[in-house]
Amino acid sequence: MIGQSPLRTFIAHAVLILGILIVAFPIYYTFVASTHTLQTILRPPLPLLPGDQLWNNYSEALFGGIGRIGGVSVGRLLLNTTIMALGVAVGKIFISILSAYAIVFFRFPLRMTFFWLIFITLMLPVEVRILPTYKVMVDLGMIDTYAGLIVPLIASATATLLFRQFFMTIPGELVEAARVDGAGPWRFFFDILVPLSRTNIAALFVILFIYGWTQYLWPLLVTNSNDMNTIVIALRKMVSFADADTQWHLVMVTAMLAIVPPILVVVLMQRWFVRGLVESEK
Amino acid sequence: MATVDLKDVRKIYPSGVEAVKGVSIAIPDKELCVLVGPSGCGKSTLLRMIAGLETISAGTVAIDGKVVNAIGPTERDIAMVFQNYALYPHMKVYDNMAYGLRNRGTPNDEIDSRVRSTAKVLELSALLDRRPRELSGGQRQRVAMGRAIVRNPKVFLFDEPLSNLDAKLRGQMRIEIKNLQRSLGVTSVYVTHDQLEAMTLADILVVMNAGLVEQTGAPLDVYEKPASTFVASFIGAPPMNLLALTGASPSSVLADGTVIGLAPRQGKAVTLGFRPEDADITFATEAPAGALALPATVEAVEPVGAESFLHCVAAGSRIVVRVSGRASAKPGDQLRVVARSEKLHWFDQAGKRVD
Repeated sequence: MIGQSPLRTFIAHAVLILGILIVAFPIYYTFVASTHTLQTILRPPLPLLPGDQLWNNYSEALFGGIGRIGGVSVGRLLLNTTIMALGVAVGKIFISILSAYAIVFFRFPLRMTFFWLIFITLMLPVEVRILPTYKVMVDLGMIDTYAGLIVPLIASATATLLFRQFFMTIPGELVEAARVDGAGPWRFFFDILVPLSRTNIAALFVILFIYGWTQYLWPLLVTNSNDMNTIVIALRKMVSFADADTQWHLVMVTAMLAIVPPILVVVLMQRWFVRGLVESEK
Repeated sequence: MATVDLKDVRKIYPSGVEAVKGVSIAIPDKELCVLVGPSGCGKSTLLRMIAGLETISAGTVAIDGKVVNAIGPTERDIAMVFQNYALYPHMKVYDNMAYGLRNRGTPNDEIDSRVRSTAKVLELSALLDRRPRELSGGQRQRVAMGRAIVRNPKVFLFDEPLSNLDAKLRGQMRIEIKNLQRSLGVTSVYVTHDQLEAMTLADILVVMNAGLVEQTGAPLDVYEKPASTFVASFIGAPPMNLLALTGASPSSVLADGTVIGLAPRQGKAVTLGFRPEDADITFATEAPAGALALPATVEAVEPVGAESFLHCVAAGSRIVVRVSGRASAKPGDQLRVVARSEKLHWFDQAGKRVD
């Protein structure tokens, strides 16, 4: 802005800092709670500064196994959730980039019908089709498997639409130049289309990884055994209705650990995709 | 090294629109054929049919004597330079040029030597590691040319390759393209809507209009003997002056009733034409014998430096006269526009030339 007065700068910063405090404080408090013993947490007020139990609590949760969820360690939960989130993100991107490729660059009968079929599934959230999907998973014996966790969530109309929109901005001349240069459909896809879509792929990956990470309803249904649970489900199971039963310090540790991978993905991929944005040009 | 033969080529789109209505052109080996015409005349469609990017509805396209109607663009052994260059944005200049060769399975060391020698010819050697967005328009244009040359194809196809460049660069690239094409000796088809490019580049000039060929020939032949009023008004800048005639031979009558004592040797003309540079102005009242002398009023004078254009009104029509250097007339002057009879062009009812 032009001609900023010091007062304006001060107010702007004050508002921003206040906002950050409001957002960050609950996370900080969770962290504080995760470094105290259960006794300290249950005896109010909870201290505002971290305690000395950080190492004990985290190692117990990560490697020791937690009683209320059948002795499964948080490490195992993180692994399950990572596999599921990666599977969903990669699977969705793979399927949708291929279907968008078919819809945009090939002329085949019922092309638009297929496009609309995909489009219509946008209006059909997972929850609506959850019972039939569950039945199918049971019949296929995919309960308590990674495939059961991942496959039903892979079809993605949103990602297909996004890739379609991007592909439609690719100039026809580029496609023709590739044809004249002797690039068949697969070569064109891998040599030209995929590299040009890097930015979109990175952005989608971030969004879809977090989508997979935070899934609740479907993992709840499709996993019965404790060692196939995702971290979100396990967190829910760890909290008992009777306050005294709940090992709050471990719940807090698990909550802290559960937000680390999504943060990592955002931070690491952000670089990628900012670079992609700066470099992109058609 | 190849000839290109088009025989009664037609393009009918599924919507029923007929973009190309039967075109036959024979391009000898090593010659540069320019297709010129206004937008929508079917010239680009025709080029794309030669390239194999559009299907051919009827007729045949033969490259090097072999009919290629059913062959895809890759197997036709052609290279194309596109209007927007169509460089691969994520690839370096080197890879842009090497891509076509790699797809054909050329050995790596041969690719390397061909790319480097082509880059040297086009003065791109220092730019091989850059990406297209780091290049200026002229450099991108060169890379697009390089990508075509490096493949050493039978035929080059150019689709308005200079229309995105500024005027100065365009003139420079025009000469470079001509020189390259001549030294490489590759048969070429060049599409443009710019008559100046068409005139300067062509060995064979093909003027197209509404899906049909209006005239084919050497550029200067087309210029000196336009086959129709369309060609007359399309080739040449400023275009040929065309005046409507009402009376018949031997004495033609202009639209405003002026009688001129001239007529074509045979046939009946309804349009009279002469080029701005074939006319002159005189303030004398005596008309020279055997020449057209039109009373005219000067409306505007455009001095360009080496020449001046006089915009006049004669017989109810606007005409342009080119005089060299400074014009001796000023707006509002009454004078006569004189053109020698052998420099006059006559066209009949259908717009065709009559002599």
